[in-house]
Amino acid sequence: MKGASLAHIVLVIAALAAVPLLTASNVVLNFLVVALLVALVGQGWNVLAGYGGQYSFGHAAFFGTGAYVTAILQMRYGVNAWIAFTLGIAGGALVGAAIGALAFRSGLRGSYFALVTLAFAEVLRILASVAPVTGAGVGILIALDLRPQAFQFQGRVPFYWIVLTLVAVSLLIVRLIEQSRFGAWLVAVRENEDAARAVGVDTARVKLAAMTISAAITAAGGGFYAQYFLFIDSGIAYGPWISIAALLAPIVGGIGTVFGPLLGALVVKTLGEIAKLVTGDAPGLDLVVYGGVLILVVAFAPQGIAGLLTSLRLRFARLRSSPPERAHG
Amino acid sequence: MSEVLLSVSGLTAGYGAIEVLRGIELEVAAEEIVAVLGSNGAGKSTLNRTISGVLRATNGSIRFAGAAIERENPAAIVARGLIHVPEGRCVFPNLTTNENLDLGGYRRGRAGRDRNRERVFEIFPRLAERRSQRAGTLSGGEQQMLVIGRGLMAEPKLLILDEPSLGLSPLLVEELFALMGRINREGIALLLVEQNVVQCLEVARRAYILEQGVFVLNGKSADIRDNPDLKRAYLGL
Repeated sequence: MKGASLAHIVLVIAALAAVPLLTASNVVLNFLVVALLVALVGQGWNVLAGYGGQYSFGHAAFFGTGAYVTAILQMRYGVNAWIAFTLGIAGGALVGAAIGALAFRSGLRGSYFALVTLAFAEVLRILASVAPVTGAGVGILIALDLRPQAFQFQGRVPFYWIVLTLVAVSLLIVRLIEQSRFGAWLVAVRENEDAARAVGVDTARVKLAAMTISAAITAAGGGFYAQYFLFIDSGIAYGPWISIAALLAPIVGGIGTVFGPLLGALVVKTLGEIAKLVTGDAPGLDLVVYGGVLILVVAFAPQGIAGLLTSLRLRFARLRSSPPERAHG
Repeated sequence: MSEVLLSVSGLTAGYGAIEVLRGIELEVAAEEIVAVLGSNGAGKSTLNRTISGVLRATNGSIRFAGAAIERENPAAIVARGLIHVPEGRCVFPNLTTNENLDLGGYRRGRAGRDRNRERVFEIFPRLAERRSQRAGTLSGGEQQMLVIGRGLMAEPKLLILDEPSLGLSPLLVEELFALMGRINREGIALLLVEQNVVQCLEVARRAYILEQGVFVLNGKSADIRDNPDLKRAYLGL
């Protein structure tokens, strides 16, 4: 899956775009909207962690900022929903840049970086649960206004198109990164930060740029969530659930690949639904499935589904080429 | 002697309150090979880190190709043509040999990159054989060649080699030092920071002996080799 071509992206998006033409089932559409939302949020995480090797446990900080900015600007300041959504993305990017600047300037790497991002998300969650502007413990309800110019729609199909568009844009952004000099530098930082510095990569700047892009993509997911569900509170917006969803999808699908987050989101969400079906809504069991899948993937397919497919394809290709040619050493 | 390329004067550096280097004076001329020799803990790595901008000097000046670089970040210093090849086979393990090399030459554009890669393969034919192999699977000697080759991709004026012979077999060390002469003949100045005294003094024109953060000796390699103080101070004989 590495080096996904433009044609692949067009094909995948076209296939997903065909779904509403085949079914009008609200259950299917709702499932896909949520799965695509997770794919979008996960793609944000993938930019920073998959390509840059900086594992964040706190992408809720960006998701929540996107959601709150979108909601607060509309409800408290009367800003148009679309503008509020756009500013929500910018707000998320800003929070990403700020946390990144603090964390990377202090030279935090690995688990220290992960813990600091987690702490920032938790601080924001607690602040949002007490600050009047966020509605404190009550949360914010976005007033019903079913008009396209208010980013609200009668049915689920328009939401589906919008989240699909956002996912498509995120796929294109990641592909662009993969092919650019910036992407090569980002991978260099992931692979060996000291070596990256030795070849002249401004590691601090590259990481900061990656975190800003990553945060912006995830914040778009937050803003979309607010418009789709029309309600957020501190636990939803800044809660650990979304930080976990953001990293689980790319890890399952294939970290550091263009399609990994999308693939992983679909698989994880499908498994979650199956688990709910089987267990008859025993609370929390889908979370057990989450944990189980994560353990299985890390143990048996550290490169995720995409990595598994690649190695299978390689094995297949090797079987077909007559003498089994193996690189020595 | 040709123009001075790198000139370090009055350099003091360290970590927090601990001063590691004190009053370092060092010069490297264009197209010259200079060695800095010292045992473990003498301050060699600190000197490298300071010159390449990873560590801030607390005092003194570092001039490279006519510009003061002691306040610049590592990326800016690399862009000037001063490349530090870190010790310990600092490769990108999951990338191929080609990808590793390309990362060294991104500032040179695609055409420059292709040209430089061919030049590196001429110097290190073994890398050409391994061009699509993951760098992590190369042998220790090949990895060392790869990091030097990656440094060459940037078309450096000065290459600082940090313990290039560390952990290599004597045969490989011999080969590596021969290649250094070859690289130097292409007009690239080399600063060898090494523990390997004998071979360094053979290839370098001049040498500095670093001991506990100060240069205790410097001069022509031949003079240093014959200096009884060297054996006493450095080799402990």
